[in-house]
Parts: sequence; C-alpha cells; structure tokens
Amino acid sequence: MGVTLTKSAQWTAAGRGPATLEVTPLNEAILQEIIVFVESFLYMYPREAKFVFVEPLGWKTSLEPLAFGSGYVVSEKTVKSEEVDKNGEPLLFLSVPQIKVRSFGQLSCLLYIAKDKKLKEAQACLEANRDPVVKILGSDYSTTKREDSSALRILDKIIKDDDPEHEIKTNIAMLIQQMDMHLLNYSLKHISLEIRLNPSAIKNDVELLQRYSGKGEQTVLESIEYTSDYEFSNGCRAPPWRQIHGEMCYVLVKPHDVEALCITCSTEGVFLNGGKTDDATEINYERKGKIYKDLITILREKSATFSKNMAKQGNTFNEEQQKETFQPDEAPKKEEVTTKADAEKSTLQMNPINFVRNPIGKRLEPSLNWKSTVDLKDHRSSGRDTQEEKHARIEKGRSSVVSGRMQSARKAADKPEEILSESSSESEEDEEPPDHRQEANADLPSEYWQIQKLVKYLKGGNQTATVIALCSMRDFNLAQETCQLAIRDVGGLEVLINLLDTDEVKCKIGSLKILKEISHNPQIRRNIVDLGGLPIMVNILDSPNKNLKCLAAETIANVAKFRRARQAVRQHGGITKLVALLDCGQSPSEPPQPSLYETRDVEVARCGAQALWSCSKSYANKEAIRKAGGIPLLARLLKTSHEDMLIPVVGTLQECASEENYRAAIKAERIIENLVKNLNSANEQLQEHCAMAIYQCAEDEETRDLVRLHGGLKPLASLLGKTDNKERLAAVTGAIWKCSISKENVTKFREYRAIETLVGLLSDQPEEVLVNVVGALGECCQEYENRVLVRKCGGIQPLVSLLVGINQSLLVNVTKAVGACAVEPESMMIIDRLDGVRLLWSLLKNPHPDVKASAAWALCPCIENAKDAGEMVRSFVGGLELVVNLLKSDNKEVLASVCAAITNIAKDQENLAVITDHGVVPLLSKLANTNNDKLRHHLAEAIARCCMWGRNRVAFGEYKAVAPLVRYLKSDDTNVHRATTQALYQLSEDANNCITMHENGAVKLLLDMVGSPDQSLQEAAAGCISNIRRLALATEKARYA
Amino acid sequence: MNRKKLQKLTDTLTKNCRHFNTYEVNCLVSLFYTLVGDVAERPGAVTGLDRNAFRNILHMTFGMTDDMIMDRVFRGFDKDNDGCVNVAEWISGLSLFLRGSLEEKMKYCFEVFDLNGDGFISKEEMFHMLKNSLLKQPSEEDPDEGIKDLVEITLKKMDHDHDGKLSFADYEQAVREETLLLEAFGPCLPDPKSQMEFEAQVFKDPHEFSYDM
Repeated sequence: MGVTLTKSAQWTAAGRGPATLEVTPLNEAILQEIIVFVESFLYMYPREAKFVFVEPLGWKTSLEPLAFGSGYVVSEKTVKSEEVDKNGEPLLFLSVPQIKVRSFGQLSCLLYIAKDKKLKEAQACLEANRDPVVKILGSDYSTTKREDSSALRILDKIIKDDDPEHEIKTNIAMLIQQMDMHLLNYSLKHISLEIRLNPSAIKNDVELLQRYSGKGEQTVLESIEYTSDYEFSNGCRAPPWRQIHGEMCYVLVKPHDVEALCITCSTEGVFLNGGKTDDATEINYERKGKIYKDLITILREKSATFSKNMAKQGNTFNEEQQKETFQPDEAPKKEEVTTKADAEKSTLQMNPINFVRNPIGKRLEPSLNWKSTVDLKDHRSSGRDTQEEKHARIEKGRSSVVSGRMQSARKAADKPEEILSESSSESEEDEEPPDHRQEANADLPSEYWQIQKLVKYLKGGNQTATVIALCSMRDFNLAQETCQLAIRDVGGLEVLINLLDTDEVKCKIGSLKILKEISHNPQIRRNIVDLGGLPIMVNILDSPNKNLKCLAAETIANVAKFRRARQAVRQHGGITKLVALLDCGQSPSEPPQPSLYETRDVEVARCGAQALWSCSKSYANKEAIRKAGGIPLLARLLKTSHEDMLIPVVGTLQECASEENYRAAIKAERIIENLVKNLNSANEQLQEHCAMAIYQCAEDEETRDLVRLHGGLKPLASLLGKTDNKERLAAVTGAIWKCSISKENVTKFREYRAIETLVGLLSDQPEEVLVNVVGALGECCQEYENRVLVRKCGGIQPLVSLLVGINQSLLVNVTKAVGACAVEPESMMIIDRLDGVRLLWSLLKNPHPDVKASAAWALCPCIENAKDAGEMVRSFVGGLELVVNLLKSDNKEVLASVCAAITNIAKDQENLAVITDHGVVPLLSKLANTNNDKLRHHLAEAIARCCMWGRNRVAFGEYKAVAPLVRYLKSDDTNVHRATTQALYQLSEDANNCITMHENGAVKLLLDMVGSPDQSLQEAAAGCISNIRRLALATEKARYA
Repeated sequence: MNRKKLQKLTDTLTKNCRHFNTYEVNCLVSLFYTLVGDVAERPGAVTGLDRNAFRNILHMTFGMTDDMIMDRVFRGFDKDNDGCVNVAEWISGLSLFLRGSLEEKMKYCFEVFDLNGDGFISKEEMFHMLKNSLLKQPSEEDPDEGIKDLVEITLKKMDHDHDGKLSFADYEQAVREETLLLEAFGPCLPDPKSQMEFEAQVFKDPHEFSYDM
C-alpha cells in the first residue's frame, strides 16, 4: 500500500520483533486515509481492482467467518471467495485467524465487511506486511530498500514489455504513488498543527533574553535565570517527577516594572506557577494563570516595560530569534539517527518528513538516571564519603523493603473486618503526597553535607558521640524542609528510629527531640510510619521516664495526622497507653525530688492529650479512647486552668463529640459546665474548640438547657461580635445555631441582642459561617418577635439573595429561614418583591433531596401568605408540573413536603384543576400505603384538599386510596387523625368510597374520633359517619320500598 | 563497730548531708561497712574503699565502663585525695549521685571532665575523652579525623565565648540549654535504671545487698 507512509507512520521498536503501529492521532489519520483509498478502489478503478497480487497479503484477522455474506463460500472455520484467479485459487481465503487477500477488489469488500473494525484490520494488515507494494506488484517495485527512483523504474518497465498485465500493474503503481504523495502532504499538515515546545527552544529563548537583560533603562528585563543549575541529559532542568507532567524547567524572571515572576516551561506552553515557597528551596508547581505559547508572549503580557523595550530592541532580536528557532531541529535529528542506527532492519532514509517530525517524535522522557547522578555528585564533592554514602543507600533500600514487608504481614494479621473498615475509607483521607526526594539536580545546601556527617557519627559512635551528634543536629533549623528531607535522605530517620529501640535514655531523648520537630513534615510522618517507628514510640509510653513519655507522645501527636498512622497507634495498644498518661495529671504522689531529665506529671498528661487529639480523628480510635476510660480523665483534666492542657483536651472532646455515646458521656460527666467556663478564656483557639464541642453536643435538648443554665449563652453571644477569627466565628455561630433549637435559649439570645448581630453576619462571611448563621436565624424566626426583628434589621434581603448559592447545607438552612420569615405576611411581601418564591421554586430542581424538601416546606408559608397566591403560582411556567412530578420521589421527607405544598397550592381552584390535569390524583393515591406518620399527615391533607375538584373524589376511590386512609386512623398521631378524618369526610361524599370505608371498618374508628376533644376532628368524623349512614339508609329505603 | 558509735556517726553524717534522711544514711553506712568488710579497727588506719574496689562498684552497680572516666569519678569521690573513699566521702558522693541537683551535678561533671584540673576543658582533653567514641572506619585515611571533627562539633555547640576551650561558664550555659550535654564527654553519673535498682535494693534491706567482688 503506502510506500513512504510506512516510514512516516510512527512505528514502535522498529527492528525488534514484530513491529506495531503506535496508537497516535497521526497514525490513525493515515490509516483512515488508506482505508478511504482502498474502499473506493473497487468503484473508481474496476479494472485494476481485479488485478491479482503477486503474493497475497496475509495477516491475522479478528473477523469471524459468519460475517461474510454472499459472494463467499462460508464454512465454520474457513471462508473462500467465489471470485477466483485464472488458476482457480480463491482471491480471499480465510482460515481463522489467518486471512490472505490477493486483490484490491477483495480488499475493498473486506473493509466493507469489517465495518467498525476497519481501522483494526487495516492496522493489522499493514503491521503484517511492512512492504505491501512488493507483495502486490513484485520485488521490482520494492520501495523500502532503495533510494527513490520508482518513477524511472516504472517507466523502464513500460518500455520493456507491453502486455495488458503490465499496463495494469503500472497503473496500480502510479495510483499507489499518487496515494503516497497525498498521504505525505496530509501527514505534513497534521504534524505542523501540533508543534510543541522543546527544551532547546526554551533554552534559546532564555539565553537570548539573558543577553538583553541587566540593569538600566534599555534592557528588556532586570534578570532571567533558571531555578536550577543542573541540566539533565534530555535538556530539562525540572526534577524528574515533574518531567512526567511535561515540565521542562522553571525560570525566575525579574521584569523592570512588576514583581518577580516564576514561570514554568512545559511542553504545552509556559505559565506562571505558584512561585518559590517560603523556604526558598521548593517551587509551588501549581499553575496560576493561563498557558502561553512561549516565554516572549507571556512576558509581553505580564510586563509593559518588557514589551515596550522589546519593540525598541525590535529587529535585532527578532532576527536572532528566527535564526535560533530553526536550530533546534538539528540536534534532535542527529540523536534520532543514532538511536535508529542500531535498529538496522528498519532501513532509514532521510526524507523531508523525518526531518520535520523528529523533534516531535522525540518525547520528553523523564530521565531515570537521576539517582545515579546524585551518587556521581557525591563522588565529586566528598570522595571519601562515598563508600559510606553508598552503604547507607543500600541499607536504606533494604530496610524500607523489609519494613514494607513487615507492614503487609502485619496488615494481614489484623482482623478482617478491621482491614475492611479501614481500607475502605483509607483513600478519602489519605492523599499520599508524592514522595519526593531531595532535588538531585539542585545544588545541595551546605546543611545537607553537615547533616550527613552527623548521621555518620550517629551510626558509628558510642553513646557519648551519639548524644553530641544529636545535640548538634538540633542546632539546625529542623522546621525547614531542606533539613528535614536531608536527614531522611542521608538515612538519618532509620538511625533515629533505631536509637529509640536501645536502652540509652539520653539517646532516646535526643532522638525523639529531633523526630518531634521533623515530623511536622507530612512526608517524614509517612516515612516514620513506613519504617515502623510508631510501635517503638508506643512502647516508650510505658517508660518510667516522664520526659521520654512526653516526647514520645508529642511525636505521636505529630505523626498520627493521617489514617494509616492512627490505625498503627491503635493496633499497637497506643490508645490505652495514651489514656493512661492522662491519669498522671492528678496523682498527688509526685516524687519528692524529681530526678534529672524529668518533667512534671501535668506535662505528661498534656502530651498524652495532645496525642489523643491527633488520634481522635479516626472513628475506631474514638471508640478505643472511650473504652480505655478516657472520658472521665478528660473531664477531670478539663477542670485545670492551663491553656496548654485545655486546648488538646477540648480538642479531643470536640473531635469525639461527633459520636452519640460520647455526647451522652459528656453530659453524664458534667463536661458542659467546664466547656462553658472555658468559653470565657482569653485564648482564641480554646474558645473555638469549646464552641465547636458545644456545637456538636447541643443536638441534645438537655445539653442545650445545660449550656443555658451554666450561663454559656452570653459568652457565645458576645463572641459573635468578634469576626476577625473566622474559624472561631464558625464554631461560635455553630454553637448558637444548635443552642437556638431550644425556645428558652432563643429568648436569651434576643435578650443579648444576638439576633441583630447574626443578621449583620449574613454578608461577607465564608460559607462555613454563613451556614451556621442562617441556621441560627432559621431557628430564631420560629418566633414572632424574632421574625419582626429580622425584618426590621433588614435580614430578609440577604437571606433571599443566598437562595442562589450552591452549597447544599447552606441552601437547606436558607430555605428554612426564608420559610420561617414567610409566615409573617409583611415579610412575605418583601420576599415576593425580591422574587424569593421563584428562587425557592427553582430549588425544587436541586439534585439533593434535602434541599428539595426544605424548599418545598418553605414554599408552604409563602403560598399561604402571599397576596394573589394562585396567580403567583400560575406565573411560574411549568412550576405546577414540576411539583406534581416530585411526588415520584422516593425520599419520604421530599414526599411529605411536596404533599404539604400541594395542599397549599390546591387552595386555589384554578391551580387545583391544573394539577389534576397533571395527574396528581393517581400519584397521591400511590403514596397512600405508607407507615410514615409525617407523610400520612401531609398526604391526607393533600388528598382532602384535592377532593374539591371535579370527579377527584371518585378518582381517589378508583385508585384505591380510601382503604389505606382508613388504616391511618389506627395511628397514634393526632395530626394524622385530623388530616385523615378530613380526607375521609371529603371522600365520603362519593357512595362507592363510603362502601369501601364501611368494609374496612372505618365506622368504629370514626366513632372513637367523635369523642376527641379536638373540635375539627370531631366535626369531620361526625360528618363522615353521617355520610356513610345516609347512604345506608338510602339503600335500605331502596331495598324495602 | 558498736551500735553507739554507729549511731553517732550516722547522726553527724546526716547533719552534713542535704539529700538523705537518717534512715537512708543508716542504710548507706551499713552498706559501706559491708563493702569494706569488717576489717579490724586499728586506730589511725584509714577505713575505706580503695581505687580498685570502688571502680568495681561503679562498674558492677552503676554500669560504667570507661576506665578513664571511672578513675575520674573515684577522684571526684575521694575529696581528700588519700587514695581511698572513706565513709563520709561515700555518703556525700552518693548523695550527689542519687539526689544531686543539676547545679551540683554540673559542678561534679565539669570536675570529672577537666582532666588536669586547670578550670578548663581543653581540646586535647576532649580528644582524650572522645578518643574511643567512634567506631573505626576501615576506609578512613586518618582514624583520628572523625574524633577531631567531633571535638570541633562539640566546641561549636558549647564554646560560647569562642576561646577554643570550655570554661565552667560555657559548660553551664550549654547544659542549661540542653540537659543532655551534662555528661557530654562520657557517662559519669549512674544511669536512671541502675540508680533505681540500687536505691530499691539499698533502702529496702541493706544487708541483702550483694555484688560480686
């Protein structure tokens, strides 16, 4: 088939084994073109299509014999074409899975048969026949083996012989030649579209810009430089793990007029990144702006001076740039030649296509030898350290493998359900950050070498030398990531953890002091866990040395910031031991003379609480803390007055209060009192956690009362005024929200003028705060005075404007608050004016059922209190249909709320008619078989209301809604009774319904209802009975008359 | 020794000792005499533990190993420098060992480390004390280089006035910043574990205390 195309297409692993075509857009496009060419061959050149190939084209097909139809002799495993050559051989022969085809005509047919597998078949065919032309026309026409002169040879042929066979052959040769040209042009076009950046282009740009940078007015930039001096063999300067993302290097640019820019150059283009991070060794790789074509473009965009001076530098610059941009093609080309040279079978010719393609074809593979480069560097800089260094590396590799194995073994030993419960949620919380090692290419900071030396002494020293090395190591800035990673990268973590396993108290203390600092780094935490550091630290918690206990607990507190670590602490019995630490706090048996290196008991308890706080973020740990008897101990510690102690204690409680049995225990241990007390503390963090804990616990009514009784509402209200600390504000508003579920609390809040403040917080606050503020207002507005207050403070407008948000919990609260306000006709007018009802209505389309239900509930008072409610409802195009269709929901709360909304909508006759047309009756009837009292209540009301139109009463009977309704009378809920008797009364206007009711024993139940103290219930029940009775009388009359 | 004399001795010793009560002094005195063995009392002759016996106790009871340091500890105990630790020196030494405040211990440790007693710990002294602290690396060209480096590291950490040697002030400041440096040049105090065992045994029943001589 195609000739040169065999080369322009991108082959993989040329020469080694069966070559395959890579799946690239370019290849696909070429294949498509070939398919089109072959398919149309039969119709365009019928004579040539019959030409029998010199050799058949054979390949493995995926087609089934059954796919072949007329024109073929099909058996189970073979297919022969009816078309044969002059020797009687079939032109197409398939013996699963090998297929042999000997003419273009058959090829065309085959492609037609292949349908959607065309592409695959064509690819298989081309892969199996690297030079199809030879097979088609004979070896004279071979194209891959020689330089190009096909045209000449063909001419030669024509001259030599003139029989018709050869004429056809020549024709085919010409056609293929044409096809080739077409394909070449086509792929050229394709290639030119996807020019991407490459390292050398970037390099030229940077070099060029550097030449025109410097001090002074005329230069284009103040400076431009790479962030890293080391260049990988592939021309990139980005660390390997970033190269995977196509990033090549990062440049720091100081323009004259704007701040320094940190720019990432990647194959896709250049863009601003997050810039250098604080400690100046790492770059925040996150993209911060849009992608530009190249450096010049982005700089023009970002710096006015740059583009001005560029214009001045103008021509010279452009010329050079032109010159330079042509160069890059050269270098990779050479490279390509050498790489291909060893694949000798693929005879390569330098046609123009290769020339253009190569720079693109050459992918930016991340350099894999970066690790060895580090070693190389070591060689260079400190020759005598290398052996040691290598040794460390080997050891490190080994130990990590071992610990990994241990880890898995340990995991396997766990109880199966444990594994299940943990691993299922592991991923959600555990975004394991990529484990990036010290940047190999960046010139290593001097600390690195010093730390390496110290680690050497740690390894090879006795206790005295070890202590000196540990103390010296602490003089480095261990809060700095460079040092943290340096310790790890030179194998220091292993040594530090090993030291913990020795008997030397001083070494353990020194080691823990370092681990405590460096475990602030998330990567180090993971490394510590991987190296099995946690079980050892957990064991240290048993040590008689309090200082050691403290340090171990503090380190655990730092490490246990992710799930796997917390799990490890629990599984090694750490929770029980940590809880035991809490007990030290109060024991009066303080030794008369605390020995050296010792600390106070209170400190031990504080560290224990700190570690428990970290651990308490896992559900299983909360349970473990409770089982270990942690709650009474925490409660006792809560009575102390040290802020350092209180913060972790309250933090733990707040974390645990998400569990029901904790809340009960918190109530039982009289913890609320102390939480309230600490709300008055001066420490913001403590206030925050106390408020948070109250927020968690105040779901419970008794707890809410306790908060009030202990005077917690006033400090909460006064903290509302301090809006600077958003986290605290969120916690405080949350506590207020939950507390205001109790009416007495709301009264107090009004007294403290908290409601006005809450309204003030409706704007310019983060969502976490808004959710709580709105929730609190929703609760407050259940009371008349507060509704008036909210309106007068101008709270309705911000509330309505929040209806357009997307935060689901916020929407639930906002709809509730708006609904509460709408109870007031005066407020309703404002809501209506602000188009609030339409917004509420559109929330019925919200995907989340809670929002739907809440919106439907809010609509009820709106419809009830709006002027011209019927008209308003009708004005929402498609609104009624939407509501009726919500009756198909399977969420009980949504159904109940929609029934309530329908009750209100149906008050307007015209609307009732519309919803009847939309089929409200069968939908309501379908819901009748339910045990949910809330749904029963609103459903019965809706049915009662919907009976008022046309023949709906009869229809309800027909859809079998009556019998279930009778059963509602057996419910315990008087609301259900009232609504149901109303509905039955309405339904009993129809004779058939009366019969159904009677059959289902309604009369006796209704007679009981007549005795109810509720007047409307009495009345409806009596009315219903009278209807039934009247029917009975009428029948009797008819019978005996 | 008769009971009355012992009583008197205990009383005087208790008076001079800040950290022990009478009972404890009593126990320790009994222990002392158990250790010395009931040598016939000759007036004028010094009763006490000689260097070897004392080193043995340090080694067996308090787990010390470094010969040089143990010698220095003996000198620390043997206040009157008569080559033998008498009962008063025994009590005052142990008082520091078991109950000493940080200040006392610093003073004692500094004296132990100041080999020539000139009031400074010089580089040479440090080198001498740290000489065996590193595992010999076969690859090292100069086996002492690591030690020298360690000395430099220590000086950098502790020599606050940068005069190339440690005065007591330097040492004190460093230890107050980092208690671990109290025994910077070698263990010269009992480690907590053996200390606890010792106390548990001695103050329970001194006569049961035994060690292999």
